[in-house]
Amino acid sequence: MGDFDFSVIAENWAFLAEGLRYTVQVTLVAMTGGIVLGTALALMRLSSNRLLRRFAAAYINIFRSVPLVQVILAFYLILPLVLRLVTGQMIPVGADTSAYLTFMVFEAAYYAEIMRSGIQSVPRGQVGAGYALGFTYAQSMRYVVLPQAFRNMLPVLLTQTIVLFQDVSLVYAIGATDFFGAADKITQRDLRPVEMYTTVAVVYFLICFALSRLVKRLQTRIAIIR
Amino acid sequence: MIEINNVSKWYDDFRVLTECTTRVAAGEVVVVCGPSGSGKSTLIKCVNALEPFNEGSITVDGTSVGARGTSLPKLRARVGMVFQHFELFPHMSITDNLAIAQIKVLGRGRDEARQKGLALLDRVGLKAHADKFPGQLSGGQQQRVAIARALAMDPICMLFDEPTSALDPEMINEVLDVMVELAQEGMTMMCVTHEMGFARKVASRVIFMDHGHIVEDDDKDAFFGNPHSERARQFLDKILQH
Repeated sequence: MGDFDFSVIAENWAFLAEGLRYTVQVTLVAMTGGIVLGTALALMRLSSNRLLRRFAAAYINIFRSVPLVQVILAFYLILPLVLRLVTGQMIPVGADTSAYLTFMVFEAAYYAEIMRSGIQSVPRGQVGAGYALGFTYAQSMRYVVLPQAFRNMLPVLLTQTIVLFQDVSLVYAIGATDFFGAADKITQRDLRPVEMYTTVAVVYFLICFALSRLVKRLQTRIAIIR
Repeated sequence: MIEINNVSKWYDDFRVLTECTTRVAAGEVVVVCGPSGSGKSTLIKCVNALEPFNEGSITVDGTSVGARGTSLPKLRARVGMVFQHFELFPHMSITDNLAIAQIKVLGRGRDEARQKGLALLDRVGLKAHADKFPGQLSGGQQQRVAIARALAMDPICMLFDEPTSALDPEMINEVLDVMVELAQEGMTMMCVTHEMGFARKVASRVIFMDHGHIVEDDDKDAFFGNPHSERARQFLDKILQH
């Protein structure tokens, strides 16, 4: 350990920071999109329409049964083909861009299951009370059920997001330059794996640990008084 | 106001309601009682279609509840309902609980809805609690808020589904007082309750149900004085013993 060379980190810090920015960006986009899509899937899964129910169940089961790396690769390879089919033109989709869509679609399956249990945690009488006041299905979901489901599940949703934040590192499989990918590329060039991987691990740890502490504090703050 | 004609309902093979027929005229207060599992809650929930029924018909102010073209949200917005477990929205302040449906369903302005809500809150004696959340109130207070919330929609009639069953004994009266006042003002009310004191005081008629049948549908005095079915007599003996 005596020859741990801090200058490697200092010299490449800008490149690493750029990777970290990309990682955070993918995380935020995938979280937002994933929760919206996941909530829609959860509502479909709980709907009285059998077709919707089956579609949502199939979606969730498929994405939860395939390794993330494979989904990342598949989207990267298939997306340009699909786009060509639809538009008739070759539209190049870079690894960086396809990752946004991949994570949103993939994480939606997990967020869907979280939102489903959140929706089911709201007592049935609440829905009845909404209906009795004249709310439509959409209104009783929007004003009564989902806000409560969301609050009940917020700690779990955020924990899932922390996992997502770490999983973004898998985009190095398609050569995208996320935080981990950036460190990997520097390592290939400068041959300083110990410095690079240690730095990345420490940064990941610090961010994730801080976030999970935050979730814990949030949990007590936002709990609904019953 | 409310006409229930030959209503039957099944859960698979199990029959919960059998050819129930009764009516509640405008201004009437009708109390529905009976042993648990007799179908009284199910019947009252059929009136605003929170429970579907299989046969028969129900009309509320001339609108057929079970008919295909009926807009249930519109119908329900005109029928107030109070539940056994209050069902206030726990994530909203009391003020918002009172205002939300006025705004989103009736299209009232935010200020108008707040004013209306506060006036009703004052009426049930809880104005000081406007900014609290439901979880900070006692059961009796929550139920009074729930009544105010239903009244905020200017309902043409009110349905009460065992409004005092989940309350501690000392809180029952504060809720009944509000209901008595409402009855005396001429509100049309259908109440599932075991509070026979309330029934004696304000009911016009009493309906007794058993095993999904309406066994007795009488004037209050006839019901308490001389119920004609053996089952109702036993029931009264049991609950009026103490």
